[in-house]
Amino acid sequence: MATMLAQQLLNALSLGSIYALFALGFTLVFGILGVINLSHGGLFMLGAYAALFFLEAHWPAWIALPTAILVTGLIGLLIDLLILKRLRRQQAPHLMPMIATIGTTILMTSLAQGLFGAESRHFPLSFFDNASLTLGSLTLPYAQVVIILIAFGTMIVMGWLLKKTRLGIALQAIAESPRAAALLGIPVERLFHLTSFLAAILGGIAGILVGLSFNAISPFMGQPMLHKGIAAIILGGLGDMRGAVLGGLFLGFAEVLAVTYLSSEYRDAFSFGLLFLVLLWRPQGLFGATHVRSA
Amino acid sequence: MNWVDWWATYSTLVLSVGVYGMMALSISLTLSCGLLALANAAFMGIGAYVSAIATTTFELPFYPALLLGTLGSTLVALLIGLPVLRLSGVYLAMATLGFGEVVRIILLNLDITGGPLGLNGIPLLTQWWQVLLALLSTVIVLQCLRVSRIGRAFEAIREDETAARLMGISTHPLKLLAFVMGASIAGLAGGLNAHYTFTLSPGNFGFENAVDILTMAVLGGIRGLPGPLLGGAIITLLPEVLRDLQEYRMAANGLILILVVLFLPQGLWDSQRFRGWFKRA
Repeated sequence: MATMLAQQLLNALSLGSIYALFALGFTLVFGILGVINLSHGGLFMLGAYAALFFLEAHWPAWIALPTAILVTGLIGLLIDLLILKRLRRQQAPHLMPMIATIGTTILMTSLAQGLFGAESRHFPLSFFDNASLTLGSLTLPYAQVVIILIAFGTMIVMGWLLKKTRLGIALQAIAESPRAAALLGIPVERLFHLTSFLAAILGGIAGILVGLSFNAISPFMGQPMLHKGIAAIILGGLGDMRGAVLGGLFLGFAEVLAVTYLSSEYRDAFSFGLLFLVLLWRPQGLFGATHVRSA
Repeated sequence: MNWVDWWATYSTLVLSVGVYGMMALSISLTLSCGLLALANAAFMGIGAYVSAIATTTFELPFYPALLLGTLGSTLVALLIGLPVLRLSGVYLAMATLGFGEVVRIILLNLDITGGPLGLNGIPLLTQWWQVLLALLSTVIVLQCLRVSRIGRAFEAIREDETAARLMGISTHPLKLLAFVMGASIAGLAGGLNAHYTFTLSPGNFGFENAVDILTMAVLGGIRGLPGPLLGGAIITLLPEVLRDLQEYRMAANGLILILVVLFLPQGLWDSQRFRGWFKRA
């Protein structure tokens, strides 16, 4: 019983860390650009497919995966340059970027479906197959260990970048007020581009990790993930980076434990029911401070 | 092709143009009040399921069933509208999306809704004139609303809610009215929809559908009533027109969405732009 619980907690940790990574990118865009980027699910899917593309071209994994992540980042940057930048200049109401990024998601999903087929695929990687570490009565599949390490490693680097560097402080200033930041000589527009790039990279990494974790990717994997991301960033408070990570982890644990001890059918209803209650009770999120930029 | 054959092939499509016209109007009503509420697909689903269960399981006649479907979604809207409408902007959008997911998952798991298989063998009861009548009534009611005090109050709330409140407009009941009326229209449209499609499944009323309905209103333009009708017709007919593109069909859909947002932010039907064309030089 205790072993089963430990195993479930490990599953929850790896699922939750992927959610957290995805939600971190999602909330970063909201916090800095003030935009709900609904193409984040599409970028997540794109990361997985870019990895599949390079791996099928027989690139070694240590080149293929970083290249795929970079490509995803560049597409995120492209979305910012072509669409979000223009909408910022028009000072469009917040409905507009949401709809435009839904459009880009539909576009990406459809292209992936056309190029790679609608059926689910898996990475041609063999070194994860069934290999596992044994710790007492607990088995740790390598894939899971790698996923947890990469996810937390990325989040720690992002945390350091945002809290300790000049860049991070500039981004915090923008999150507070883009106009004031611009007056202080911060190159706001360039940092908007950088944020979109970084967020897309986080989304792409999450996509690849999900591909490794479930050994299945599909053109439609972005939508359910986007829903989880929405739930996670609302639990954590919109635009709050630490909150998004905690929200993602919380969601992972809640889901795995709900499936284990309650019923699997209502797993998603559980997370969205929770989201609903949190919005009504504490719109600033469970962990968020009360500071909310008017959205 | 003679008329009978044509109708046999395309009746579903024609009825869908009408039904989705109603859906686009329903979301444009809440948008006209400045509410970014994305629960319309869920309300359509509630209306569709309630009325279909009424005609199949309880063998009620069509009109009472439609009425039940409409009342069902209206009632649910009233219940969730009270707390949810305290939120605004993206928070409201997220909460209503979350509500939509909960509805979809409940439909997916209840016995009476047929679970993942959905409902099959729903009698084909919807006539074309009933759809037309429902659509026309919706247009007339919304037009009367637009030119009334309430319609102008909606506009004031959309432009600046704080200012509207300072002018003595009681914003909360009016926002609730817009939300609930939108849900009633969606519920009626759902009931009509259920009785010409023969089957219902929970997937029909999920996120994609919510996004499609929003797209219709934004593509057409929400400044007036012709816009949503036009947008509803275009988005409904587009898959047929683009049939040759096969799996890239949706790509065209996405591209259109992006281009409209970037270059026609007021939508296709913008009476101000039309007026500009005919202005004397």
